[in-house]
Amino acid sequence: MSAHVHSTFRRIMPQLIILIAVLFLNFLVFPDFFRIEFQHGRLFGNLIDVLNRGAPTALLCIGMTLVIATKGIDLSVGAVMAIAGAVAASLVVDGHSWQTALLGALAVGAICGLWNGVLVAVLRIQPIVATLVLMVAGRGIAQLVTEGTILTFVNPGLIHLGAGTVIGIPTPILIWIALGLLVTAVVRKTALGMLIEAIGINESSSRLAGINSRVLIVSVYLISGFCAALAGVIVAADIKGADANNAGLWLELDAILAVVIGGNSLLGGRFSILASLIGALIIQSVNSVILLSGMPPEFNLVIKALIIIAILVIQSPTVKHALYILRASAEPLPSDPIKEAKESPQ
Amino acid sequence: MIRSTHLPLLITIATFLLAYTLCASQYPAMLSTRVVANLLTDNAFLGIAAVGMTFVILSGGIDLSVGSVIAFTGVFLAVILRDTSIHPIAAFVLVLAITISFGAAMGAMIHYLDMPPFIVTLAGMFLARGAAYVLSTESVPITHEFYDTLQSLYWKAPGGGRFRLTGMIMLLTFLTGIIVAHRTRFGQNVYAIGGGLSTARLMGVPLAKTTIGIYATSGGLAGLAGIIFSLYTSAGYSLATVGVELDAIAAVVIGGTLLTGGTGFVAGTFFGILIMGLIQTFIVFDGTLSSWWTKIVIGGLLFGFILLQKGLTWATTLRRKPATEFAAQS
Amino acid sequence: MASATEPVLECRGISKFFPGAIALDAVDLTLYPGEVHALLGENGAGKSTLIKCLTGAYRRDAGKILLDGEEISPGSTQDSQKLGIGTVYQEVNLLPNLTVAENLFLGRQPTRRGLISQRKMLTMAGDLLAEFGLRINPAEPLSAYSVAVQQVVAIARAVELSGKVLILDEPTASLDRDEVQLVFSVVEKLKARGLAIVFITHFLDQVFEISDRATVLRNGRVIGTRELKNTSQTEIVTLMLGRQLEDRIQDRAPARTGDTLIELKDFGKRGVMEPFDLTVRKGEVVGLAGLLGSGRTETAGLIFGAIQADQGEALLEGRKIGLGSPREAVAHRFALCPEDRKNDGIVGDLSVRENIILALQARQGWFRPLPKAKVNELAEAYVKALDIRLASLDMPIRLLSGGNQQKALLARWLATNPVFLILDEPTRGIDVGAHAEIIALIEKLREDGMALLVASSEMEELVAYSTRVIVLRDRRQVRELKGDEITTSNIVAAIADDTMAEAV
Repeated sequence: MSAHVHSTFRRIMPQLIILIAVLFLNFLVFPDFFRIEFQHGRLFGNLIDVLNRGAPTALLCIGMTLVIATKGIDLSVGAVMAIAGAVAASLVVDGHSWQTALLGALAVGAICGLWNGVLVAVLRIQPIVATLVLMVAGRGIAQLVTEGTILTFVNPGLIHLGAGTVIGIPTPILIWIALGLLVTAVVRKTALGMLIEAIGINESSSRLAGINSRVLIVSVYLISGFCAALAGVIVAADIKGADANNAGLWLELDAILAVVIGGNSLLGGRFSILASLIGALIIQSVNSVILLSGMPPEFNLVIKALIIIAILVIQSPTVKHALYILRASAEPLPSDPIKEAKESPQ
Repeated sequence: MIRSTHLPLLITIATFLLAYTLCASQYPAMLSTRVVANLLTDNAFLGIAAVGMTFVILSGGIDLSVGSVIAFTGVFLAVILRDTSIHPIAAFVLVLAITISFGAAMGAMIHYLDMPPFIVTLAGMFLARGAAYVLSTESVPITHEFYDTLQSLYWKAPGGGRFRLTGMIMLLTFLTGIIVAHRTRFGQNVYAIGGGLSTARLMGVPLAKTTIGIYATSGGLAGLAGIIFSLYTSAGYSLATVGVELDAIAAVVIGGTLLTGGTGFVAGTFFGILIMGLIQTFIVFDGTLSSWWTKIVIGGLLFGFILLQKGLTWATTLRRKPATEFAAQS
Repeated sequence: MASATEPVLECRGISKFFPGAIALDAVDLTLYPGEVHALLGENGAGKSTLIKCLTGAYRRDAGKILLDGEEISPGSTQDSQKLGIGTVYQEVNLLPNLTVAENLFLGRQPTRRGLISQRKMLTMAGDLLAEFGLRINPAEPLSAYSVAVQQVVAIARAVELSGKVLILDEPTASLDRDEVQLVFSVVEKLKARGLAIVFITHFLDQVFEISDRATVLRNGRVIGTRELKNTSQTEIVTLMLGRQLEDRIQDRAPARTGDTLIELKDFGKRGVMEPFDLTVRKGEVVGLAGLLGSGRTETAGLIFGAIQADQGEALLEGRKIGLGSPREAVAHRFALCPEDRKNDGIVGDLSVRENIILALQARQGWFRPLPKAKVNELAEAYVKALDIRLASLDMPIRLLSGGNQQKALLARWLATNPVFLILDEPTRGIDVGAHAEIIALIEKLREDGMALLVASSEMEELVAYSTRVIVLRDRRQVRELKGDEITTSNIVAAIADDTMAEAV
C-alpha cells in the first residue's frame, strides 16, 4: 500500500511543484493569499476562490482525462455545458423542481456523451472530428433551448448548486472534489482504470484480449458528457441564468490543457485524474496570480498564454529527453530507455 | 476517369449546386449578381483564413489561433493607424511580417519540441487574443483615406452586384493556394507529411522547413484575412472573430478534406465556404429562421461529410487491387 | 563468382556497442556489382544493426565502409541514399495518400518554369515502372494497390535515388507466393543492371532461390560467407544456429484424443472465408497449413469472433454457442494468440504483469478486480513456468524480446485456463531457443488434454506437433491429413495438387 502511495506521489510530483510555485507567486504578489476567514457562515479567502472558480474546469477534466486516456479527445464539453445549463434553466423556468432540472440537465449531458461515444466507438470516427460536430452545433442547440435569450431563473435550489455553501464550503468545491474522488475510486478500485489504459495503448490487442472496448469507449464519453453537464449547471447556477453563447466558452480548451499539464499523454494510455485536477488548479492559480498582481486585466490572456507555454515546453518530449540526457550524463553508465525504444522498433 | 480521391470534391460541388438550386427555387432573388457578390465579399476573410487552414489540415495538423490572429491584426492596424502616421501599406507589410513570424514560431515549437499542434496553437490562440486585448480592449475605428480608396474599388456587374476588391483577393488567394498545393514541392511535401510523418521523413521531406512553412502560411493568411476584415468593418476590435477557426475548420471539412490529413483540395474549401455562406444568406432571406440554425445546419453538414469520407475510405480499402494483375508477363 | 571485378561496397571491421552489449563485433561484408547477397542470422544476430550502420541510422563505433573504394560515413538515411545506398523495408515506407507517380518523384519532381509538371511526372513514372515490369496507372493513389505492387514502387524509388546498392530488409515477409515472384522478377532485373543487392529474410527457400552468396551473422559476428551454389540449407542453418539442428520429426505418440470439444458447421463469412466444417477434440492439435492469404489467419479470427461469421453454427460440447466477438469467445474459454504480436497482441506500455492478467481480468468483468496477491502469484508462476526472461514484472512489455513477448501472451491466455487455444503463427519472428520451448509447450498442453488449433507457415513445425493438419487454399479447406500422412511433402502436395487441378 505504501508503495502505491509512493508511486502516486512520484507521478504527481511535477504538477505539485508547479502548483506550489504558482501559489507562492500568488503569495508574493498578494501576501494575504493564504488567509482564510469564516464570515457569515461561509469560508472566504483567495485560496477558496481558486478552488471555487476552478470547479468547472476541474469537473470537465475528470471526464476529459478518461477520454484522453482512451486516445480520444472531447471538444464538445463547452457546448455541452451550454446545452445543460440551458436545459436546467428552462426546466426550472417552466416550474419544475431543481432536482428535476438537475437530473434533466445531467441526462441531456449523458445523451450528448452517448452521441459522441457512438460516433467514436461504433462508427469509428476520429474523436477530434466526431466531437467537433457537437462543438459546432451544440451552441446552436443551446440557443434553440433558450430561444436566443439569456434565460434567468430564481429557483433557490438550483442557485445553491453554484453559489451556495455546505457547512461553510462553497458547493461547487464539494461537488468537484466529491466527483473527483468518486471517479478515481471507481477506476482504481475496479479494473476499469487498467482496461481504459489498455484500450488507449492498443485497442486492437485489448479487443482481442476480450475487453469490451466499444462499451468502455462509449462510457468514457458518457462520463465526459455527464461531467460537462454538471459543470454547465454549476456555471448557470452561479450567474442565475443560462447564457447559450458564453457558458463554457473555450472551457474545453482549459480542460484539455489541465489534462496535459497533468502530465497525461494526448496519445492515450496511462492517466492520473489527480494530476489533471492539480493541472486545473494550476490554471486557476495562474488566473488568480494575474488578478491579484493588479496588472491591467487586458494582460491576463498574454500572461496566461506565456505561463502555459512555459509549462508545456518544460513537459515537451524533446525537453524531457534533453533533461534526461543531462541527468544521465552526470551519472555513470548512461542508458536511455526512451531513445532505445525509439531506435529499436520491435 | 474520375479518381476516387476526387469524389469528395465532386460531392461538395454537387452539394453546393443542389443547395443553391433549392435556395433559388424558393427565393429567385438569390440568383442575382448582388447575392453572389455579397457571398464573396462577406466571406472573404473567412475564405482566406480557410486556405491557410486547408494547408494545416492537409499536413495532419490544426491551427486554433486563426480567429485570434485575425482579431489581433485588426486591432494592430487600427491602433497603429490611429497613433502613427505610417501609410496603411507599410502597416500591412508590418502586420503580415508579425503574423507570419508568429505562425512560424508555432510551427517551430511543433516541430522542434515535438508537441501536438492542437496544444501549441491553443497557446497561440490565447497569446494572440491577449496581445489584441493589450493593444486595446475597445473597438478602434479606422479612418484613413487609403481605406476609403480600397473600399471604393469594385466592379459593378449587370444586376447590381458589386464585386469588391476583398472578394477578388480571396479568389486570388484560393487560386494561389491551389497552385501551391499541387504544383510546388512545398505543396507536395504538405501532402506527404499528412500521409505519414515518419515515412515522409524517411523519404527525405524536409520536415522542419515544411512544418514551419505550413504554420507561417496559416499565420500569414490569417494576417491577410485580418487586413481584409479590417477593410470590411473599418475597425479593429479585440473581441471580434471569436471562433472563426471553427468556421474555417468546418469549411475545410465540408470542402472534402480529411481532418486526419493527407487528402483534400484547396478548391474544395472554396465550395465549403460558399456552402456555409449560402446557409447564412438563406436564413437572412427567410427572415423567420433564427440565427442559431446556421450552427446547427453546419454541424449537420459536418456530420454528413465526415460520414461520407468514412464511407469512401472504407470503400477504397475494399477495392484494393491484387498484385498479380499488373505484372507484365515476361 | 564476380571476384575479378571490384567490390561496390566493403565493410571492414564494423563494430557497434550498446550500453552493456556488443551489437556488432568487427563485421566484414563485401558486395560485388550484380550480386544478390543474403544477410542471414537469428533475431538479435546483428543484421538490422549492421544495416542501420550502413544506412547511417546508427553511427558505427569502429571500422570502415568503402563505397567504390572511397571511405564513406553516412550521417543519415538521406546521406546514404545520396551516396548510392537505397533501402526498402518490410513495411512499405511510401505514402498511401499520394499517387504512385508522386511517391516515385517526391522531392525531385520534374518542373517547368518553377512549377511541377504533373503530366511529365506521370509519363516518367509510367516509363520507370515499365522498366520494372509493372503496368499500373501512376495517377492512382498508392493505396489502391496491393502491398507487393507498393513494394516494387518502393524498390523503384530506392533504385532511382541511389542506384549502387539496394538493401531489401524482409521485403517479402507479408507477401504471398505470386507476389514474391513479382518482387523477385524485379530483383533479377536489377541484378542484371549491375546493382549490388543485400537481401534479408527469414525464408531460406527464398534465399536459395534468388541469392548468389550469403553472409551469416551470429551474436554480432560474421560466422561465414558462402557461395550458395556450393552449399546446402542444412549448412546455412547450422551456421546460423551454431549447432546441428536435431531432426524434429519425431515419432508421434498415437493420438489419444478425447471427446469432441468444438464443432463448427458451415462456418464462414462471405468474402473472407468459404464456409467450412471443423471438429476439434480434446487433447488434439489441429494444424492449419497453407500459404499466406490462404485463410489461416481468417479461420483463427472467425472462430475467435475477431471476424464475425455471417453463416454457420458453432457447437461447444454439443451445445450451440455464439461467437460474435472475442469477448464471447473468451467467455466460452477460448483463447487466441494472434499473428501480429505487436499490433494485436501486446499492450506495449502496460507492464508485463498487467499484460499477463489482461484477458482474465477482462473476463472477470470491470467491477471484479483480481486481488493484488492473486495477480502477483499468477504472473510469477507463469514467468517461472514459461521461463519468461525479464528484469521486472513492472517493466513495459514492449521492452521484452519477441520470444518473451510471445511467452507472455501465452501466459495471458493460459491464465484464463482455456479449453480451446488458437495459436496463429506462434513462432514467427522469435529466436530459436524460444521457438523450441513454445513447440514443447504446445505438446505439453495437448497431453494435458487441451484442444489446440495452430496456424503456421512453417510446415516442419506443423508436422512436429499436429495430430491432424488441415490444408487451406484460396480461403477454403482443401485437404485433411491424418496420422502418418502428415509430412511436409504431403502438405506441399496438397497445396500444389489443387493448384494444378485449377490450372488444367
